[in-house]
Amino acid sequence: MSFKHEKIETNAGILLVFTMIAISIGGMVEIAPLFFMKDKTIEKVDGVRPYTPLESRGRDIYVREGCYLCHSQMIRPFRDEQLRYGHYSLAAESQYDHPFQWGSKRTGPDLARVGGKYSNEWQVQHLLSPRSVVPESVMPNYPWLLTTKLDVSDVGDRLRALRITGVPYSANQEEYQHNVKKFGEKVADTLVIADAQKNLVAQAQEGNYDGDRSSVSEMDALVAYLQVLGTMVDFSKVKPEDLVKFR
Amino acid sequence: MSATTLAAAEQYDYEIIKKFSVMAIVWAVVGMAVGLYIASELAWPFLNFDSPYFSFGRFRPVHTGAVIFGFGGSALFATSYYVVQRTCQARLFAPGLVSFTFWGWQAVIVLAAISYVLGYSQGREYAEMEWPIDILIELVWVSYMAIYIGTLMKRKQPHIYVANWFYLAFILATALLHTFNNLAVPVNLFSMKSYSLFSGVQDAMVQWWYGHNAVGFFLTAAFLGMMYYFVPKHAGRPVYSYRLSIVHFWALSFMYMWVGTHHLHWTALPDWASTLGATFSIMLLLPSWGGMINGIMTLSGAWDKLRTDPIMRFMIVALSFYGMSTFEGPLMALKDVNALSHYTDWTVGHVHSGALGWVAMISFGSMYHMIPRLWKTEMYSVKLINIHFWLATIGVLLYITAMWISGISQGLMWRAFDDYGNLQYSFVESVAAMHPFYVMRAIGGMFFLSGMLTMAYNVFQTIRQGVRAAEVESVRAATATA
Repeated sequence: MSFKHEKIETNAGILLVFTMIAISIGGMVEIAPLFFMKDKTIEKVDGVRPYTPLESRGRDIYVREGCYLCHSQMIRPFRDEQLRYGHYSLAAESQYDHPFQWGSKRTGPDLARVGGKYSNEWQVQHLLSPRSVVPESVMPNYPWLLTTKLDVSDVGDRLRALRITGVPYSANQEEYQHNVKKFGEKVADTLVIADAQKNLVAQAQEGNYDGDRSSVSEMDALVAYLQVLGTMVDFSKVKPEDLVKFR
Repeated sequence: MSATTLAAAEQYDYEIIKKFSVMAIVWAVVGMAVGLYIASELAWPFLNFDSPYFSFGRFRPVHTGAVIFGFGGSALFATSYYVVQRTCQARLFAPGLVSFTFWGWQAVIVLAAISYVLGYSQGREYAEMEWPIDILIELVWVSYMAIYIGTLMKRKQPHIYVANWFYLAFILATALLHTFNNLAVPVNLFSMKSYSLFSGVQDAMVQWWYGHNAVGFFLTAAFLGMMYYFVPKHAGRPVYSYRLSIVHFWALSFMYMWVGTHHLHWTALPDWASTLGATFSIMLLLPSWGGMINGIMTLSGAWDKLRTDPIMRFMIVALSFYGMSTFEGPLMALKDVNALSHYTDWTVGHVHSGALGWVAMISFGSMYHMIPRLWKTEMYSVKLINIHFWLATIGVLLYITAMWISGISQGLMWRAFDDYGNLQYSFVESVAAMHPFYVMRAIGGMFFLSGMLTMAYNVFQTIRQGVRAAEVESVRAATATA
């Protein structure tokens, strides 16, 4: 051993380079393969699609209010979680989630499959005043969601930004056709950036999430988002053995 | 004595250290007060007051931002500037940049807090700052790096002291983590809102690579740098084992970067990645305990100081909490334990045994050592330091005990089955059962905050005393020459 640690201790440049090497390896080994081995990381299941403009704006509100700090969106493959929340979460189900909202804490229950579990009326009432429906709850009241009109002015810009990150919202005919092939015409129509505002208002009108059709509130958007969570994949058509190799 | 300290003040830039020290205390008070408030919201939800600005979801990042980056960050800037100058016997490189790191960093904390309350968040834990603030952080951090490396380059000592290795690793790692975790596409140039470049499983991986190394480098390596300077200095003894510190440093720097995936056990992240994380987490116990032993054993031959010196007591209790949380961490990184502990308050308790027990306590000890030296005086009251020590210790113990009980109960209640194979408890029953522990946690926080206020008062009086003595000195000098 002719090498002496003293060399590193007396040379700032060597110390810098060696430290940089030491701290870079772990991240590279763990992160890079997830991008290069996408077929082995994300399951191929039907049904997962990007959010509609209204759902996407609802998701923005979910992030804005910090819901992820108390609610996870990641069901683990345990018997109790299966009974309480449903099928365990797949990587495919959050492939269009920028950012991911898996969460790290369950002060409240997991929301990965909350879509369709409660009526719109229940969701609205629960968001306005959680303790009026669940007396033991410690969730804050969110009355401003119903009284604040949803800002729809920049929804096109938002989808454009998401498109840059890789979500297939279509900006031209070619991309639209590609979406028709991938998701079917009905879904592809909701992903056209140029129609974003029109589609958003139409969905809010039709869904009538907050019980008031005269205007689009933030409540409309958030409830639309909550109601779609975990509903995209039809698990009666998924074979468990196709999923196992991804665990 | 006064001649040498006077010379030291001219030789080194102490003004910047004074500023950062004061702000560290200000942010500690603010951040811990907000922490107490949000803890109380969980016990008594009416405290959310139907207001968007006070609701838990927006307020929680204000707490984490103010304590980690405001208090922790300012304490690290202060001590690292102190340590690097004194161990290199060189004045800080690039004074203009030095001043920018102060104002830039304070702006980051203030802007982040305001933006969270107004609803701007990236939705990534401990990295909630939106893109314009992220760019400001990047600028401050690159300046900090330049200052630190520049000062190391102009050192008058042939050796770079071990504390500087840890500070350097912290600065480099934070730059790396911050950059990659905050890659995002803004909605437009005039919008605060952005979307992260990655999605789903890749995004989760990057975020927890960041998230755990914010703990590993920001809250551990950097504070170990603090420990390696202030513990030996305050004890008046050399570091216990120089060889151990070399092993400690390289093993810690290399291994920490692998362990973030233990936050993603049993999720949609591929198994190989989280297994790697668990493996490295267990191995990490060795360097962590090596560091703890190195710190505590530095006191050998001077154990009596523990009886007489509350500053020493802060440092040694900090190291003990460091040892305890770095034992608990690998335990929780085991997949079977994690299946129970994940998503529960146990995690919250674990973080606080590290953050309050280790990070805050080693900072208190170091600042009680450093502040009187900066202002060339003595601490105003040693008795108050002692009171602070006990308030803080009782506070941490109450906090983590409450979270252990509530965390383990949650985990057990969620997975309990009755005789017929049905879930025994509804989710909300577990919420209701946590109430007493949330109250107990808030009381623990109250103790810790009271201790912090005691420190703020003590430091305020110390500074006043130092400033007055300096005024008297300068008047005397003026009359002597006249």
